[in-house]
Amino acid sequence: MSQPVLINDLVVRFATVNGTGSASANNMFAKAVYRMGIPVTPKNIFPSNIQGLPTWYEVRINEKGYLGRRDGIDIMVAVNAQSLKKDIESVRSGGYLIYDSTKTLGEDFIREDLHYIGIPMMSLCMQHYNDPRQHLLMKNMIYVGALCALLGMEKEVFEQLVQEQFAKKEKLIPGNIQALHLGMNYAESNFECPLPYRLERRNLNQNKILTDGNNACGLGAVFAGATVGSWYPITPSTSLMNAFEKWCTKYRIDASTGRKNFAMIQAEDELAAMGMVLGASWNGARAFTSTSGPGLSLMSEFLGLSYFAEIPAVLFDVQRSGPSTGMPTRTQQSDVLSAAYASHGDTKHILLFPSTPNECFDMTLTAFDLAEFFQTAVIVLTDLDLGMNDHLTDAFTLRDNYQYNRGKVMTAKDLDDAKVWGRYLDIDGDGIPYRTIPGTHPSKGSFFTRGSSHDPMAAYTEDGDVYADGMRRLEKKWETIRSRVPGPEIVRFDPSHNEAIIYFGTSSYAAVEAMDILQNQGIALNALRIKSFPFTEEIIEFIHAHDTIYLVEQNRDAQMRSLLMIENAIPPSKIKKVLQFNGMPITAQFISDEIQKIMQQAPIHHS
Amino acid sequence: MTYARPTFRNPDLPLNKIGRARKEYEGAISTLCAGCGHDSISGAIIQACYEMAIEPHRLAKLSGIGCSSKTPTYFLGQSHGFNSVHGRMPSVATGAAMANRDLIYLGVSGDGDTASIGMGQFVHAIRRNLNILYIVMNNGCYGLTKGQDSATADAGSINKSGAENQFQGIDLCGLGLELGATFVARSFSGDKQQLIPLIKAGLTHPGFALIDVVSPCVTFNNNAGSTKSYDYTREHMEATAAIDLVPYREEILHQQDKGTIKYIPLHDESIIAVNKLAADWDPLDKSSAMRKLAQARNEHEILTGLIYVDTQSKDLHTLLNTSDTPLNQLSQTVLMPSAEILGKINKLYQ
Repeated sequence: MSQPVLINDLVVRFATVNGTGSASANNMFAKAVYRMGIPVTPKNIFPSNIQGLPTWYEVRINEKGYLGRRDGIDIMVAVNAQSLKKDIESVRSGGYLIYDSTKTLGEDFIREDLHYIGIPMMSLCMQHYNDPRQHLLMKNMIYVGALCALLGMEKEVFEQLVQEQFAKKEKLIPGNIQALHLGMNYAESNFECPLPYRLERRNLNQNKILTDGNNACGLGAVFAGATVGSWYPITPSTSLMNAFEKWCTKYRIDASTGRKNFAMIQAEDELAAMGMVLGASWNGARAFTSTSGPGLSLMSEFLGLSYFAEIPAVLFDVQRSGPSTGMPTRTQQSDVLSAAYASHGDTKHILLFPSTPNECFDMTLTAFDLAEFFQTAVIVLTDLDLGMNDHLTDAFTLRDNYQYNRGKVMTAKDLDDAKVWGRYLDIDGDGIPYRTIPGTHPSKGSFFTRGSSHDPMAAYTEDGDVYADGMRRLEKKWETIRSRVPGPEIVRFDPSHNEAIIYFGTSSYAAVEAMDILQNQGIALNALRIKSFPFTEEIIEFIHAHDTIYLVEQNRDAQMRSLLMIENAIPPSKIKKVLQFNGMPITAQFISDEIQKIMQQAPIHHS
Repeated sequence: MTYARPTFRNPDLPLNKIGRARKEYEGAISTLCAGCGHDSISGAIIQACYEMAIEPHRLAKLSGIGCSSKTPTYFLGQSHGFNSVHGRMPSVATGAAMANRDLIYLGVSGDGDTASIGMGQFVHAIRRNLNILYIVMNNGCYGLTKGQDSATADAGSINKSGAENQFQGIDLCGLGLELGATFVARSFSGDKQQLIPLIKAGLTHPGFALIDVVSPCVTFNNNAGSTKSYDYTREHMEATAAIDLVPYREEILHQQDKGTIKYIPLHDESIIAVNKLAADWDPLDKSSAMRKLAQARNEHEILTGLIYVDTQSKDLHTLLNTSDTPLNQLSQTVLMPSAEILGKINKLYQ
C-alpha cells in the first residue's frame, strides 16, 4: 500500500480514557505542531463524566489554515480498550492505527485497509518505571514520542515543551523526556519513519496564539474592569469563571494590602447569579455571570428586569446541545432565540457572536461598554467548541487608548447642575436616559428602581399611556443600539454573484473552507458573518442584494433565520437552511454538500 | 385609609445629629390597607433611621414582590430603592453589597417572598453572612392575591374563609439560627417600643440581621382562629428582654452588667443594652436561644425580642477579603492591566 506523501494536512485522533492524564500529553502534541509554525486545531470530545469513560482528542493540522473540524481520521492513537473496536472502524481507509501492542490484537480488530503501528507502551513503562502511577502517565508520553518520530516532527520542540510543562516540578522532567525517547526510538527502530503523512516546519503562526474562548472571555472581563462575578457551575461555561478568578488572582490583588479588587461569588443557582449581577451593576460596578442553556432559562426573569428597569448586565452563554439537559458536553448554537427574547413581555437583548478567542477577548470589552452605555443586558453567545477547545487565533490586543465607556451616569456635580433629572427621561432623544449610582449625592438623584411600570421620573404608574410611552422609548433605544453594535464582517462581496452564505460564531471556520470547496466546483458565493443582534443595516442590505442566502447554523430550527425573518421581514423562501445539530463542530464538507443539495433541489442560476 | 397627609410638622420637633428632621426619613403615602401592620413597621424604620441619624443617601432599601415589598416606597424617600423580582431580593442585595460595601443595606420581604419563592436565596444570604438588615413583614398570608395561606402560617391556624391550615408553619427565626444567622430577632408590628431598638441594632450589626416581624393582615388574616391576628399576637407574645441600642459615645461607655441588665458591645462602638426578662436565656449563647425558641413554640407562645447575636460576626466582604475601597469606586487605572501585561499573557499561549 504505497501512498502519496501528504505534508501538513492530516487529522490525528487520540482515543483515551478521561481522568488518566492523557489530556496534557495530547495538548503537548497540538502545541508542538503550533510551535513548528503549522496551523492546528485541536478538539476535545468528552463525556459528561469525571473518570473512566472514553474521551477523544482530535487534532486537525492544515497548512492552508483551515481550522474547522474535518471528518475522516488519518491517524488514530487508540489507547482505550473500551472504545477500540469503534475507534478502529472510524479510521479512513488507508489510515494508520497506533496502538499499545503489549497485548496482541485479536482478529476482530484487524482491518485489511489500515496500517497498524504497534508500540508496546505498557511493557516499555513496566521496564523503565517502578511507580505504578507513572505507568499510566508515561504511557501517554510514549505515544507522543512515537508520533513525533512517525510524523517526522522536531524532537527538540517536544523536549522544550516538557521542560516548560514541568518547570515547577523539575524532578519530573527526566522521566518524561525518557518516555518521549522510548516512544521515538521504538517507532524509529521498528517502522519506516516518517510515514507518508508528515509535518514540516512552516512559519504560519506569527502573532497567533493557541487558547480557548472561555479563557479569553475571563481575561477580557478582567481587562474590561469587571469587579463582581457571580456564577453557578455548569458545563461548558465553568472554565470561564475559573479563568476570571485566575487572572484576578494575578492582577487584581492590591499589592500593599493583599486584599482583592474583585468579588467572586458562587451562587446558589443561576437566578441568584443574575440577581447579583443586577444588584452590583445597579450599584455602579461592572458585573457579569456565565452560564449555558439551562442557566439562560433560569435567568430569564431577571433579564426582563434588566431590560425594563434598564440595569446593565453582561452574560456569557457558552452554548451546549439542548433542549433540557441535552448533551451537556457537546456543542450547539441553539440559544439564539431564547437569548434574543429572554423573559416574558416585550423584551429584546443585545447579542454578540464572537467566532475566535481573540474576538471573545475583544467582544468582552465591547459587551461591558454596550451594557453600561445602553443600560441593558448584553449576552455574549459563544459555544462549547469555542469556549472549551483551543483555537489558533490572533494574539490578544488592546485598542489604542481604550477607555471604558461607562455611559450616561450623573455625578454629584451633574445633579447639582441639572435643572431637572428623571431616571427615565429621554433628554438626548436617543432613548437612553441618565442614571445615578446610589450614594452619589446627599439629597439628589435617588429613585426607586422597579420592574413594575414607571413614568419618566421613575414613579410607579398604572397609566396605560405613560406605560406605552415608556415601552416606545425602549424601542427607540433599541434603534440607537442597532446603530452602535458591531457590524458584520463582509467576507466577500462581488456584485456579480447573486447567492451568498451567511454564518456566525464557530461555523466560520468551516464556512470559509466550504466556500473554497464550492469555488473549486465552480460555485462562487458571497459571504457575510453576523457579529451581533440587533441586525445592522449592512446585514439587511447584504441579504437584499442577493437572490438566495444559505444560512449556516448549528441548531435544528434555524433560529438565526427565524430572527432575521421576524425582525427584518426577510421572506422565508430567500433564506435556505444549512443546519448541523449533532453536537459535533460543523464541517466544511457538510456545508458544501448541503448547499449543493439545496441547489439541486431548486436549480437556480448561479454566477 | 387617608390619602392626604398634612405637610405641617411641629417646628419644635428636634432635628437629629446630622440636622435632619424626622419627616426627611418619610416616604410616599402608603397605599396599603388601613390598619396594616406593615405601615407600623415602616414607621418604626423611619423612627430608627431618624434617631440613628443615618444619611438617607448612604442607605439602600431593597425588596422583592408583595405587600411587604411595596413598603420601601413608604419610608426613606431620599434613599435609593430597588423593588426587584419575587423572592430574589437577597441576590440583588448581595450584588449591590459587593459593589459598594460602604452603604447600609436594608432588605424588606414578606413571608411569601421569603419562606416560599425566595427560600433558596434567603438561606444562602444567611449562609454568606451578607451585611444586611433583613426584615420579614410576616402576616402568614398572601395579601395581594387575596389571602392564600403562606408557608409561615401555623398548622391549625384558621383563615378568613374558615379553612384550617394543614401544613407546618416555617419558623424563620428557628431556621435562621440553624443556618448560622449572626443576628436573630422577632417582633410585632404593634410593639414599636420593642421594634425600634431592634431595627437600630440590626442596622448596626455587621452581618446578616434577621428580624421576623409579625405584622397582621387586617383584610385577610385578622379573624378569630388566626394565629397571626392582632389579638392572638398580643395575647401570646412573650418577650425575651427589653433592649435598647446605645451609641458608645454616651454615658454607658464602660458599663458592667448589673442586675438584669446586660451590655453587648457591637463592632461600631455602640452597645445593645438588654434588660433580661426571660430566664434560661443568653442572647450570646446560641444553644440557649434555640432552646428558648423551641420552648416558646411548645407552649404556643410567640417569642419576641432579641433572640441571638454573634458579636464575632464576620460579614461576606471580610470572608472574601475584598478591598476596603468599594469596588464600584476603583478606576480603570487600577482595574485594567497594561498592554504590556497582555503581551506577556500572549507569550503563555505561544
